[in-house]
Amino acid sequence: MAEFLQFFFSGLTVGAIYALVALGFTLIYNASDVINFAQGEFVMLGGMTTVFLGLAGVPLPLAALVAVIATVAVGLALHRFAIEPARGASAVTLIMITIGASIFLRGAAQVVFDKRFHGLPHLFGTEPIRLGGAAILPQSLVVLVGAACVVVLLWLFIDRTLLGKAVIATAANRLAARLVGINTGRIVGLSFAVSAAIGAVAGLLVTPIALTSYDVGTLLALKGFAAAMLGGIGSALGAVVGGLLLGMFEAFSAGYVSSKYKDAVAFLVILAVLFAMPQGLLGRGRVERV
Amino acid sequence: MTFLQAKRLSISFGGVRAIDDVSLAVEPGLVFSIIGPNGAGKTTLFNVFSGLYVPHQGRVRFAGEDITGMSPHRLARRGLSRTFQNLQIFFRMTAVENVMVGRHRHEATGILSELLHLPAVARQNRRTREAARAALGRVGLKTEAERPAGSLPYGALKRLEIARALASEPMVLLLDEPAAGCNPVETQELEGVIRSIVKDGVTVVLVEHDMRLVMNISDRIHVLANGRTLAEGSAAEIRSNPAVVEAYLGVHGAHEAARAHG
Amino acid sequence: MRALVTHRLAALAPVAAIIVALPAFFPSAYYYRVAALVLIFALAAVGLNLLMGFAGQVSLGHAGFLGIGGYVVAIGPTYFALPSWLCIVGGAVVSGVVAFVVGRPILRLKGHYLAVATLGFGVLVAIVLTNEAAWTGGPDGMSVPRLVLFEWRVRGSDTWYWVAGASFLVGAVLALNLIDSPTGRALRAIHDSEIASSVLAIDVARKKLTVFVVSAVYASVAGSYLALFNGHVTPDIAGFLRSIELVAMVVLGGMGSIAGSLVGAAVIVVLPQTLTALHDYEHMVLGLLLMVFMIFLRRGVVPSLAALAGRPA
Repeated sequence: MAEFLQFFFSGLTVGAIYALVALGFTLIYNASDVINFAQGEFVMLGGMTTVFLGLAGVPLPLAALVAVIATVAVGLALHRFAIEPARGASAVTLIMITIGASIFLRGAAQVVFDKRFHGLPHLFGTEPIRLGGAAILPQSLVVLVGAACVVVLLWLFIDRTLLGKAVIATAANRLAARLVGINTGRIVGLSFAVSAAIGAVAGLLVTPIALTSYDVGTLLALKGFAAAMLGGIGSALGAVVGGLLLGMFEAFSAGYVSSKYKDAVAFLVILAVLFAMPQGLLGRGRVERV
Repeated sequence: MTFLQAKRLSISFGGVRAIDDVSLAVEPGLVFSIIGPNGAGKTTLFNVFSGLYVPHQGRVRFAGEDITGMSPHRLARRGLSRTFQNLQIFFRMTAVENVMVGRHRHEATGILSELLHLPAVARQNRRTREAARAALGRVGLKTEAERPAGSLPYGALKRLEIARALASEPMVLLLDEPAAGCNPVETQELEGVIRSIVKDGVTVVLVEHDMRLVMNISDRIHVLANGRTLAEGSAAEIRSNPAVVEAYLGVHGAHEAARAHG
Repeated sequence: MRALVTHRLAALAPVAAIIVALPAFFPSAYYYRVAALVLIFALAAVGLNLLMGFAGQVSLGHAGFLGIGGYVVAIGPTYFALPSWLCIVGGAVVSGVVAFVVGRPILRLKGHYLAVATLGFGVLVAIVLTNEAAWTGGPDGMSVPRLVLFEWRVRGSDTWYWVAGASFLVGAVLALNLIDSPTGRALRAIHDSEIASSVLAIDVARKKLTVFVVSAVYASVAGSYLALFNGHVTPDIAGFLRSIELVAMVVLGGMGSIAGSLVGAAVIVVLPQTLTALHDYEHMVLGLLLMVFMIFLRRGVVPSLAALAGRPA
């Protein structure tokens, strides 16, 4: 039982991070049909920038804030210089562009930062909390609460503000949105900015536990994408559900089956979803007209 | 003896009955036209015939065989070919290459012999190219053979698609609005092409809005409205059918139709 | 004369000439080595070009087949005392079978779903190669016994240059042959309109599977060559970055241009070598190249140049 709880909580924790990455994917995909492979780099930038600013003497809260802003700037630049010029290109071309961006950002991080692993201090110390025989790090709870806050804030933004409505409109039908006066280019840019912010926050939350380095982005992006597919690409709720489920699958299979193949779980999930139910758990199916 | 037959076909998309209990029978060697207002289900019917959609109810028979739900390429192997309302041209290939693809049904393929480009493959390539040129000639596009399809004007592309379908030597040819976007001269030429196709013994099923063409060329007309059969008969019968006139032809259309035969 | 010039193999004559003449300019064995690597990767790129450039599909996991070819030629001789040349063939067979089995479900997908599924496949191969250390030597890889043909030890950068050059030319000829055939036309048709293709009696699923298997075999042979040339193989050979490099070669050189595969391979392989001082910037440059080409020069180098000259590539 203690073992089960242990896996449950570690699965939930890492799942919350996958959920945030998946949420970022979904936001951009809904606004522009682009699968942004650089999503993982946003997470990496959030953590690494904070670490290095901290090493340079900047107080951590300020470093974190600057890191998030810097990541948002990168997200906007990505949209402005790599996505906008290629508007109308095929889905595969756009994926390749974001893959190129992700490789570029990874290479830049290698040069600007370094190739080692780095951590951040835990927010509430490293003394584990005992729950039913399982030992849970306080930072795990920080991750869960933090992720929940992000989701709620995002929901409030989308549901309660005019700008949020504009995002939904753009996601539903870009042409119609433009016809009613919405600047869809800016909305897509906004979606990149918000995704970058979400990614950076995720990086901040998880770096104390999982450490960060210049190349954590790739695997995170792939797993975040697997989560988004599992939940149903295009569904924000699906992204969250998918992320948490994927985290659980990973933790439980690592614990009960084989920890060697932990990383393979996400890819098996991708393949299973694509073959069995491409629209995911909560996604909508599509009708094609000839 | 019916050649192509639909029995009580129905198909729905997201709650809308695109085709509702439609039956029709096409005799061999004739021109059978399907007309009706936009959204009546004409192209949907074609998509069912050519295997792109599977009907929810009903059967389709072709040359005595039940072909309901058969995949498009297997139907094509049985001699059923079609053109598309929204043009499905291979834009990156030249005109003659487009038509050469139409010969695929009659070509022998084998990955090993093709990788090695055995003499048989080279000979077949030559024969295919000649047949493709001949088909281009029939629709008046012989001079455009080497031009990239993407550079051809709309009217030429419509004819190219017909040439491509002809190259497969079909028994039944489904033409989906071949005259759409064509001027009267082009439509006249198209009529000539269709007549020559029928003379070769091909059965033609036509979906069209151009009433003059339809009335001139059709042996039998089937009228669809809202996914249901409204009427069926000869050109003269359909022209004078009050329900058809009201639902589709309108006063102007009826005049057009009358002028066609007068 | 015109027939000779427009013959489907005409584009290869200058390429063959360059391959033969180039070594005259090599100051040292190092140049042979780099050139041999270019030719080996170009072979893989030709296969991928058939899949992506002609048939219009996408594979972001093609390095998985490089890995299969590379490891079969390491494991066969090491654990089963099989001759290396047989393992090159064996690797190709294994890759072909894997492609056949995996391709059937995967190729039903389209667009970004297909891209991600192939990506998943490639990464899974890399993970298996990393984890099954008993067979593969784990993350550090394993050494590969040298190729021996009829008592002739195939070693040395110069020897491999000629082996790779000849293999690339053979591979290019086979590919050009395939393009000028019913299957080749069917693949190009599928690229432009799957619906029209199916209505013209083309079994779209089967054709896609065929080209997928062919491209897997090309990659497998290239992977075997890589392993035999280096004398060593690691799981990186099947990694995500390697798959992206392969795609970059095809895209840069020109989708749908066989000669372009050589150009693309040359750029991607030579670049890190010229940047040895700037070794750390390797990834930045690769990423930048990929982005620039996909945004502005989607057709790639060779077709763009050919368009300028007014001729088809």
